[in-house]
Amino acid sequence: MAIFVNENTKVIVQGLTGGQGKFHGLRNRAYGTNVVGGVTPGKGGQDVEGIPVFDSVADAVKATGADASFIAVPPKAAAAAILEAAKAGITFIVCITEGIPAQDEAKVFNTLLRDYPKVRLLGPNCPGIISPGKCNIGITAGEIAELPSAKGPNVGIVSRSGTLTYQALYELKQQGIGVSTCVGIGGDPVPGTSFVDCLAEFQKDPETHAIIMIGEIGGSAEEEAAEFIKANVTKPMSAYIAGVTAPAGKKMGHAGAIVSGGKGTAQGKMDALREAGVQIGLNPTEAGSLMAEIVKGLK
Amino acid sequence: MDLFEYQGKQYFAKFGIPVSAGGVAVTVDEAVKVAEASQYPVVVKAQVQVGGRGKAGGIKLANNADEVRLHAGNILGMDIKGHVVKRIWVEHASDIDEEYYASFTLDRAAKKHLLMLSAQGGVEIEEVAEKDPDAIVKLHINPVDGLSEKVARQAAVDAKIPAKALDGVAKILVQLYDCFTAGDCDLAEINPLILKPTGEVHALDAKVSLDGNAEYRHPEWAEYSATEELDDREQLAREKGLQYIGLSGTVGIIANGAGLAMSTLDVVNQVGGTAANFLDIGGGANADQMAAALEVINFDKDVKSIFINIFGGITRGEEVAKGIVEAMKRVNLRAPIVIRLDGTNAEEGREILASAGIPESKLMSKPTMLEAARAAVALANGK
Repeated sequence: MAIFVNENTKVIVQGLTGGQGKFHGLRNRAYGTNVVGGVTPGKGGQDVEGIPVFDSVADAVKATGADASFIAVPPKAAAAAILEAAKAGITFIVCITEGIPAQDEAKVFNTLLRDYPKVRLLGPNCPGIISPGKCNIGITAGEIAELPSAKGPNVGIVSRSGTLTYQALYELKQQGIGVSTCVGIGGDPVPGTSFVDCLAEFQKDPETHAIIMIGEIGGSAEEEAAEFIKANVTKPMSAYIAGVTAPAGKKMGHAGAIVSGGKGTAQGKMDALREAGVQIGLNPTEAGSLMAEIVKGLK
Repeated sequence: MDLFEYQGKQYFAKFGIPVSAGGVAVTVDEAVKVAEASQYPVVVKAQVQVGGRGKAGGIKLANNADEVRLHAGNILGMDIKGHVVKRIWVEHASDIDEEYYASFTLDRAAKKHLLMLSAQGGVEIEEVAEKDPDAIVKLHINPVDGLSEKVARQAAVDAKIPAKALDGVAKILVQLYDCFTAGDCDLAEINPLILKPTGEVHALDAKVSLDGNAEYRHPEWAEYSATEELDDREQLAREKGLQYIGLSGTVGIIANGAGLAMSTLDVVNQVGGTAANFLDIGGGANADQMAAALEVINFDKDVKSIFINIFGGITRGEEVAKGIVEAMKRVNLRAPIVIRLDGTNAEEGREILASAGIPESKLMSKPTMLEAARAAVALANGK
């Protein structure tokens, strides 16, 4: 199993002929992902190391039967690229682009909701998703992800931060704990996929036995996750929230990581999750060791 | 990016929102010139990005040139909660019948735009929210649909804005929404939105925060960046294109990734230290980026130790290590470095650092984030 993507996922890369798209697209293919095509307007008919390039997503879908898209285009082209993919019938879109204006993001999110309710957008400004051994879409270094074991227990990871996601993958690998899927939802104010969306899928996924969640300051996504966990998640969880010492009113690297008007603090988020029965690590390593303990108990 | 009041008003004016006639001044003479052109009486207002200007004596009424001179002289250079007044805004004083409140923001939980409107303006909206929450109308707007004048008018009715002000308020709400969306604001707030005895509705103050991600499509924002209040460290970091936020501690921080950088501040704090900054060096962390980051950290006189926290993903440990060794040759550092290098090929990287011939008093390597934080904090505290 795994969530959102697996060995059957067929991926196209929008922006395959650009620097980022080519670098990561080829890495994803080398990992074993079914990268079936690329899209760059005006470059249809070319290929990138054997991957055919199309002028439009519609052409690519028609020729390859792709159901997922990896978007690696600059911020000013990203909103249109997302909507083009949705219109062409892509149902899972991963957008790694950082720096998309919040107004564009809000509009795209609500357009998808209204016109393409079956489409899932991951990101923008996210590292992507990996179901180890099956599919890797985005910028995660596949070699740091431990393969899930057939008899388990395996852990699902969901995170707002890229490097902290890698950190979590790495800690689990060192302990020999398998990962079902690792989802980076991204650090922007209006992410297409939320913690709650991922938790719901992990709860349903028979291959996932425990969940690590990595949040950060800003917004209320962690508090919403806590509410959801209380009512719906029976699998054991550990979590870490970054930004305990972040000064108010400053965007800490990620566009969405800001404490404003006393809201969105790390403390508030930790309290909410703790109350929902989640074990809280005070640093990423601690969240990892808490998970190792949880997994030991599941064996 | 937060705008000063005068910039916010100028921004509002571009979208047709009525504001008082006035101008910005950096000297007393300029203030008088603006006052003469704006018609007496005028209000002289300190331009600082902090609340409580009025109470601090930063807002004064002037009826003639002498009074403008007196107040402008007092206010320019005044220290308001640590913010030194470099500019003043001088505008024609408005007669006020009533004061309202209006703002647009993005509600991240609802993923929709949020209008907040109240007939009780001129005071902090948080205060109104606490004492009389029903006095604030909250209306979600779907970004796909936008805001029509009809919906805006109904919101004004719901907020108990009196009939005589309804048309004016509705019109300004639509203009303010346009400013918020087309103008790429994170926040567009008018407090107070006033009703004059003549029946006109008018923005008496302006609070605008712009979305930095939209800068590429707003070349006119360059003038706002130029007046942004950065300390010398932040200025240098901006010139070098680094994601840097100055803090007041003694441990300089360099990490790759925003989440890891935030986490590094937390861990330093957890073991009894204080961070001097937030610095995300990005995914690559090559010699050029590392040298630029070290220069900025080195510029901060309070820094007593430097904690470099790198997790190698696609960028391998040995590449990062080579970058650090090269950068250390270029920058003559005052403080010692403690590095935690982990992830892909971390061991190879640590070997490169160990065999670079740099004494441990200048560069120390620790295997975990926590141990590295402890070492960096001990050095910063002179232990």
